[in-house]
Amino acid sequence: MKLRHAITVASLAVALAACDNMANQPKRLPYELPYGAQANWPALPPQHIIAHDEKPVAVPPVTMALLERGQQRFDIYCAPCHSKIGDGRGMIVQRGFPQPPSYYIARLRDAPNQHFYDVITHGYGAMYSYADRVGAEDRWAIVAYIRALQASASAQIADVPPDKRQTLQ
Amino acid sequence: MAIFGPRANLFMNVALLAAAGGVTFLLILIWVVPVMGYNSQERYTPRQPVPFSHKHHVSGLGLDCRYCHTTVEISQNAGIPPIHTCMTCHSQIWTNAEMLAPVRQSLAEGKPLRWTRVYTLPDYVYFDHSIHIAKGVGCTECHGPIGDMPLTRKATTLYMSWCLSCHRDPAPHLRPKDQVFNPHWQRTADTPSGKELMAEYHIHPETLSDCGVCHR
Ligand code: HEC
Ligand code: HEC
Ligand code: HEC
Ligand code: HEC
Ligand code: HEC
Ligand code: HEC
Repeated sequence: MKLRHAITVASLAVALAACDNMANQPKRLPYELPYGAQANWPALPPQHIIAHDEKPVAVPPVTMALLERGQQRFDIYCAPCHSKIGDGRGMIVQRGFPQPPSYYIARLRDAPNQHFYDVITHGYGAMYSYADRVGAEDRWAIVAYIRALQASASAQIADVPPDKRQTLQ
Repeated sequence: MAIFGPRANLFMNVALLAAAGGVTFLLILIWVVPVMGYNSQERYTPRQPVPFSHKHHVSGLGLDCRYCHTTVEISQNAGIPPIHTCMTCHSQIWTNAEMLAPVRQSLAEGKPLRWTRVYTLPDYVYFDHSIHIAKGVGCTECHGPIGDMPLTRKATTLYMSWCLSCHRDPAPHLRPKDQVFNPHWQRTADTPSGKELMAEYHIHPETLSDCGVCHR
């Protein structure tokens, strides 16, 4: 009789254990409070910490692929304020954000590449840093694209290869 | 004394009816309730600490999804923007809006905002955003017309049958890669057909419904 009771209790215990909800497992997922976490999770990194992937990279050679990547990233992260052509009249500026300078002014034409890189990394005046969203390689791609934009503004018809001129006229 | 009284027939009929009713009720419970919108939380629109509007920011201002959901192309998770991202704009505009008070408070106290999840899968399901983006599945195929939502609303059931309905035949859900982030994309006459896109992206649906794809 005792044995039978023991078996009943044991099988009930197993059955009840299986009721544990499979949808919630003790597995670490982003945006989920880990087991026993404090209320202020996720903890912010302490000050003066440098992110692991925030290391400088060699300046990549300018290729068509780099420029295309630069254009894509520029349109996502910079165009809302600087506009797609870089004159500083993007959508957010039209809604009241301070207007950034146009990329075509003499000071920015003469500025070294490193200046643009540093503006993306650290921000500049009212503009916040984009380091958390634009990686080091992409920053160089954006710089290359801004240079291409600047060059295009002073381009002459003579700079266009003869076989392509017709498409412009 | 008779075993069955004069009202035995009545009792029997009532009992039979009740049993039939009970069985129907059970069947409804098993087959209908699970597919009801209430259960799947389809159209569920949770209250958020800040009434963030994709309609305003995406359709109104023309922001790209990746401005905020930075990691969607490269990782399993799309990523929810940190306060820093909101402040790139709201440090200068709408700085006194009552609606944005929790954002400013979160910045001042260094405490992240707690958004309520809209889409969430059980822990035993493996999902990855990057592969879907790389193969030309647009955000709106799964998240509905999010560019028109003043508050984020769950657009699908997230049932296994929903995943499988696309994995068995992805062709009608594919689009050119440069349109993946466009919330208003429509197929036009000169869009390559689903078949052509399947070939271009090298998609082989034969293996896409193997259990191990999503349960690993
Ligand atoms: C939210 C709006 C906004 C976005 C997005 C933005 N900027 Fe700016 N940017 C500004 C403003 C405003 C200024 C002017 C800052 C000042 O002078 O106080 C500025 C200035 C600049 C300058 C000029 C600095 C100088 O020497 O005068 C450069 C270069 C620049 N931004 C590059 C970028 C790049 C590259 C991106 C994309 C990664 C970007 N910005 C995204 C608003 C923005
Ligand atoms: C200005 C920043 C911003 C932009 C741009 C943006 N989002 Fe969001 N998104 C958010 C924030 C903040 C939340 C969390 C609040 C909520 O659920 O409404 C969110 C939530 C979501 C969610 C629900 C997440 C969940 O399960 O809780 C989806 C899906 C989503 N966004 C898709 C998109 C798509 C698709 C685009 C591009 C068409 C986009 N977002 C553009 C900021 C943004
Ligand atoms: C690229 C700039 C930009 C970013 C980033 C941004 N906003 Fe906005 N937001 C705006 C602008 C501009 C308006 C005003 C809209 C208008 O005038 O049509 C606005 C309006 C709002 C409003 C009130 C208007 C409404 O009805 O929706 C809220 C709330 C808001 N934003 C929340 C957020 C939150 C939360 C984030 C961070 C996830 C965020 N915003 C990120 C530019 C931005
Ligand atoms: C194949 C369907 C599918 C596509 C396409 C898709 N999503 Fe998702 N998304 C999901 C599912 C499923 C979840 C829930 C994930 C979970 O619970 O782990 C989710 C969750 C999210 C979340 C919540 C936070 C997170 O990272 O889990 C955001 C934000 C989001 N998606 C944005 C986007 C954006 C932006 C795009 C387009 C670039 C996109 N999604 C494309 C299915 C999809
Ligand atoms: C609208 C169509 C669509 C929906 C809905 C969809 N998927 Fe996919 N999924 C795809 C396509 C297309 C691929 C790419 C197949 C390939 O790699 O060739 C894919 C690939 C995947 C992969 C990677 C496969 C591999 O070989 O590693 C996983 C995991 C996955 N999906 C999970 C899910 C889950 C879980 C859901 C439901 C929450 C879902 N998908 C819903 C279209 C979809
Ligand atoms: C395309 C992705 C995908 C594939 C392939 C897939 N599943 Fe699923 N499965 C899911 C999702 C998503 C859920 C969660 C559904 C929910 O939340 O109701 C799920 C849930 C389940 C559940 C739990 C159901 C419940 O009600 O709790 C079982 C069991 C299961 N799947 C078995 C399988 C088996 C067996 C196969 C292979 C024949 C398979 N799955 C293939 C996505 C998939």
